[in-house]
Amino acid sequence: MIVFQKPHALADLPMHYCPGCTHGIIHRLVAEVMDELGIEGKTVGIAPVGCSVMAYDYFNCDMIEAAHGRAPAVATGVKRANPENVVFTYQGDGDLASIGMAETVHAAARNENITVIFVNNAIYGMTGGQMAPTSLPGQVTQTSPYGRDVKHCGYPIRVCELLSELEGPEYLERVTVNNVKNVKNAKKAIKKAFQNQIDGKGFSLVEVVSSCPTNWGMTPKQALEWIDEKMLPYYPLGVYKDRSASQEAEK
Amino acid sequence: MADKVLMKGNEAIAEAAIRAGCRHYFGYPITPQTEIAAYMAKRMPKIGGVFLQAESEIAAINMVYGVAAAGLRVMTSSSSPGISLKSEGLSYLAGADLPSLVVNVQRGGPGLGGIQPSQSDYFQATKGGGHGDFRMIVLAPSSVQEMAELTVKGFALADTYRMTAMILADGTMGQMMEPVALDDLPVTPMPEKPWAVTGTGMKRPHNVVNSLFLSPEKLEETNFERYDRYRVIEEKETMYEEYRMEDAEICIAAFGIAARVSKNAIDEARAMGIKVGMIRPITLWPFPKAPFRRAAEQVKEVISVELSMGQMIEDVRLATECRVPVTLCNRVGGMIPSPEQVLDAILKAAKNGGKEA
Amino acid sequence: MSTTKFLFSGFGGQGILFVGKLMAYKGLTEDKQVSWLPSYGPEMRGGTASCSVIVSDTPVGSPIVSNPDVLVAMNLPSLDRFESAVVPGGVIFADSSLIARDIERTDVRLVKIPATQMASDNGTPTLANMILLGKILKELGQFDVEKVEAALKKVISAKRADMLEVNLKAMQLGADYEA
Repeated sequence: MIVFQKPHALADLPMHYCPGCTHGIIHRLVAEVMDELGIEGKTVGIAPVGCSVMAYDYFNCDMIEAAHGRAPAVATGVKRANPENVVFTYQGDGDLASIGMAETVHAAARNENITVIFVNNAIYGMTGGQMAPTSLPGQVTQTSPYGRDVKHCGYPIRVCELLSELEGPEYLERVTVNNVKNVKNAKKAIKKAFQNQIDGKGFSLVEVVSSCPTNWGMTPKQALEWIDEKMLPYYPLGVYKDRSASQEAEK
Repeated sequence: MADKVLMKGNEAIAEAAIRAGCRHYFGYPITPQTEIAAYMAKRMPKIGGVFLQAESEIAAINMVYGVAAAGLRVMTSSSSPGISLKSEGLSYLAGADLPSLVVNVQRGGPGLGGIQPSQSDYFQATKGGGHGDFRMIVLAPSSVQEMAELTVKGFALADTYRMTAMILADGTMGQMMEPVALDDLPVTPMPEKPWAVTGTGMKRPHNVVNSLFLSPEKLEETNFERYDRYRVIEEKETMYEEYRMEDAEICIAAFGIAARVSKNAIDEARAMGIKVGMIRPITLWPFPKAPFRRAAEQVKEVISVELSMGQMIEDVRLATECRVPVTLCNRVGGMIPSPEQVLDAILKAAKNGGKEA
Repeated sequence: MSTTKFLFSGFGGQGILFVGKLMAYKGLTEDKQVSWLPSYGPEMRGGTASCSVIVSDTPVGSPIVSNPDVLVAMNLPSLDRFESAVVPGGVIFADSSLIARDIERTDVRLVKIPATQMASDNGTPTLANMILLGKILKELGQFDVEKVEAALKKVISAKRADMLEVNLKAMQLGADYEA
């Protein structure tokens, strides 16, 4: 009896992610959802610039590598070209909330029928640990060596809350993957975000609060604890928008 | 004779694109090319196509990237400042070997510049479309009819060579109306695109559209391969027109609106008995080196007539290998050389007999 | 073998671009080579608008008309700006309802017609341009109702077919005008 195996949609390759990084978990969840919904053959994924830049190698569905921050615009093109495809972007915080903020906001405002997996680990990982748009106040990074000074460089951006003010998007939820229970919840949210697209409901974004032990300067275990202690108070988990559910509730 | 209609150059581009099978257009308003977007906004919904006004030029070119990756004919258009914003996307399109058509209806620069016609994006289009080693096929229409024909041709070339074709027009070409025959445009069917990302259907390994190659050996290989393709284009796709060059002793080099102004001046000079002709590049890249090389053996001076501070003149000098003097006759900032100004330059060349003044 | 270079100029909103377009279409229906080039930019929303039109037996070179054979001035700023540019022996058409002065040149001909006033009297205040065009074609010996109608049909969309008659009438009014 097989008790554990890779999802079909996940390539059988060694990943380049650091020990303790949660990208691997999130990749797996996305791949499991593709398997369960039977959509791998019609899915097109868009990889970002950042640590997950090589996600195009790790998923077995068709993949595109986009310019930094432009994944939602590229996804818009793909979806408009072939609406029968299931199209998702996989983006980090620098990609989605800094250089690509315009693309993110406008894809959401258009209620573009795509799925966005947003991995928020409050740091630029690939370039070696610089301050991100989501780095916490006081957080020490390579480019905020004395801690993020909000008087100097402003406050971290809460993406789900920000987008929830828009009329456009269908579904916005923040989850995390720092323990088994939270991983299960995260998968539910990701599955819903894909199902929404299949049902034609529109823009669905799942923000996954993640860890970066390497650049946070912690052990993997400490990093997971730091999510609970520092990240979640600033980035509370929950559903920020679910238009269909709200409409259902009103009936 | 095919039925002719009066159309603005911008509208001719839009209609020709639709006839070429383009069903996806993304753009952002900017003068003097907005008629293209307006035309697409009106027509696309009626023919099952997509017009989408993007939030920025950057988003528009990346939407183009998405549709191109999905294997369909797609375009965007803009004017000079907007093309600068698109240059990131142009580089990615080149790196991922994606076909697309991009239109630049040039205006004066640098910076916000002005809104009147210009040819000062010649360098940008032919040499510096973005970071990295790459080329775009650059097509320079000189009439509204050519705006339509080169648009259709541009889609075909883009598909054949898996790269961006750019229509490099200017405000005059975009805004002027001329009779145009649209029924006999040389539309080519779209080739098979087995590399496109349309879903594996669980029947093949996944396709990846990508411009990242962390291995320098691999990246070098992709660059070499791309430049092999470019050499084929230089051999097979160079286009130009020669005007009254048979016995010419003076040669005008001009494209687009500058070529039209020059024709008037050439006809006047010829009436005065001066043997002058013109080489009009239709492809700016690949640049038509051969006719200029030939002209260098025949004429005593080449005059480059441009709406720039002298950009194409560098390619003219390269092509003529500095065997004859190459002088500049120009206006910039949205100004256009008059036929009289060009005639003066011709008269001066005739008098100087090829000696630099 | 002939080439006629027109420059139409007036306030934005007077329909100067439309008249130029009609002139170009008329040339097209007569198998001539034609070009039409507007001034473009903010002036299309109020200031002075102009367009270059060339009708020729031979291919049109530069579409820019700097020295017109025919200048059509629908306001004083247009006359002030372009009077000196007209080629010797050329014609200037001026809307005398809006332009009080005569021309300073003696080597060009001035044709005055109070087009704006006539349009107003006719109950079609927006058609001064068409009245003027009627007069222009008449003076140039080109007022052929059939050809004018053919050109109009190209410019006026089928949905506005009712406008055809009104426009033709306005042009006839201009053609019949004698100072």
